[in-house]
Amino acid sequence: MRNLFIVAGKEFRDGLRNRWVLAITLVFGLLAIGLAYFGAAASGQVGFTRVSTTIVSLSSLAVFLIPLIALMLAYDSIVGEDEQGTLLLLLTYPMSRVEILAGKFLGHAAILGVSTLVGFGVAGAIIAALGSVEQLGELVAALALFILSAMLLGWAFIGFAYLISVSVAEKSRAAGIALVVWFAFVIVFDLALLGVLVSTGGQVSEGLFHTLLLLNPTDIFRIVNLTFFEAARTQAGLASIGADAAFHPALLLGTLLAWVAVPLGLALWIFRRREL
Amino acid sequence: MTQPVIEMSAVGKRFGKLTALDEVSLTLGEGEVLGLMGHNGAGKSTSMKLILGLIRPTRGTLKVFGHDPGGAAANDLRLRLGYLPENVQFYEQLSGFEVLDYFARLKRIGTGVVKPLLERVGLGHAMHRRVKTYSKGMRQRLGLAQALIGEPRLMLLDEPTVGLDPMATRDFYGMVDELRGRGVSVILCSHVLPGVERHIDRAAILGQGRMLASGSIDELRQAADLPLVVRLRTARAPERLAESLRPHGVLARQSGEGRLELEVPVRAKMAVLRELAADPETADLALEPPTLESLYAHFDGTIRDRAAAEPAPATAIDAQQGVSA
Repeated sequence: MRNLFIVAGKEFRDGLRNRWVLAITLVFGLLAIGLAYFGAAASGQVGFTRVSTTIVSLSSLAVFLIPLIALMLAYDSIVGEDEQGTLLLLLTYPMSRVEILAGKFLGHAAILGVSTLVGFGVAGAIIAALGSVEQLGELVAALALFILSAMLLGWAFIGFAYLISVSVAEKSRAAGIALVVWFAFVIVFDLALLGVLVSTGGQVSEGLFHTLLLLNPTDIFRIVNLTFFEAARTQAGLASIGADAAFHPALLLGTLLAWVAVPLGLALWIFRRREL
Repeated sequence: MTQPVIEMSAVGKRFGKLTALDEVSLTLGEGEVLGLMGHNGAGKSTSMKLILGLIRPTRGTLKVFGHDPGGAAANDLRLRLGYLPENVQFYEQLSGFEVLDYFARLKRIGTGVVKPLLERVGLGHAMHRRVKTYSKGMRQRLGLAQALIGEPRLMLLDEPTVGLDPMATRDFYGMVDELRGRGVSVILCSHVLPGVERHIDRAAILGQGRMLASGSIDELRQAADLPLVVRLRTARAPERLAESLRPHGVLARQSGEGRLELEVPVRAKMAVLRELAADPETADLALEPPTLESLYAHFDGTIRDRAAAEPAPATAIDAQQGVSA
């Protein structure tokens, strides 16, 4: 177990050293403040907008960004070490493959988690301090839910990245597949669902449709943050259907957690069986 | 007799249909240095991985320090093991110190050993520089320092002298001698090891997954029965000299004005030397026993001949490359 934390610690320090933590934190922070301040620019005014508007626009942008960042951060975690020969060496050290993979995951998860927390957290504090927030409680609760779901979304895609990384033999292949995965979950899935909905003239059973939305972690993330603001429903596109279903946030977060666990578990399983 | 460090008997390893290792037997005692030789795909890396417990043999038995290296005792065994992989590239963004510290902690050893180890391999001056700035030789030294973490009792070094300059190579062999003196068993794995003869106790030559020959250098020389080379400076006419030595089975070749190169069969060595030494026209002579490289070329050649004579089975070469890629 000790080695797991040594591996995780190294991974996290690597993230600090090569500025991943800094870059992600800045991107998230600026995104949040920018959207809060300029979010109402389309209607002819600048200045901090309503919390609900901010969170809704933030989640619809973050849903593209977070999976991409997570995949970029971790796609080479195993295949990269394999290519440089250190994986073979690590495997001759007194630790199990599970410890190596779980340790690296923990490190990457911490990089993304800390960046998400600090980036959006600081942005939230600035919004609270400078904007005229009518209900501070609402902002805190909405932001907390947003940060929590953003972390889970990021970790789910780190899980995907690991699954890719243990399955291929070359870094460049892993990068390519990561891009395809991003495209499939973030764009194609929703388009396909929309296509089904339109082509059947809306005859798909509502329950089935809601369940289908749960098959995509990015949609779950959207629904979590939309259901919090009933008022924002009209702006949210496809995911507002999910919001109608009134999934309980705990169920949604639980499903998101499963989206973290399943790809990671699968990655562990493949990694353990892999011949060298 | 103490328990051998490595006991490998009739070990075979298959990857799917391909036989990477076939009926290989090998023992290594305490404080012994073994040169494991073979071209790419001969089964060297597979043997190493078996000993390291990274893969399990398909057939035969393998014991390291008396235990199955892939079994329950693996983690204990690994604390006593040092490994330098071929072509390893350490974390470029870390300093040499940080890299070694990471590996030392993974081996459950404190940071205190890091600095002395780096100084021992001659990297003391560069330990806080990033590995990115290291030369090939410095990286190799860092790899060696890594293998030395925790005073291992068995070291496996894969192509350890690749990229080292002659001075560094000499230092490296000095270190191997020192390790041997302390009872550490070492396997040097390479396809070429110039000048290694004096530093190893035994050599094992692998080819296409099979053990072609193993034993001390002298035993290998005897088995190979390769001629010695005698370099001669003489005032005598080359043709005449060649004529007089022909009954001993000597082949003569002129290598320059008044210089001859003789290939002398081992059994005729003393007779030829006596004759040459007694000849007043002989100005100088030098004797060169077959080098490990020529022995290797000889044994490696035998399997190639055999392979050419009979239709080859699925070659181990592809299997091996598939694995190390």
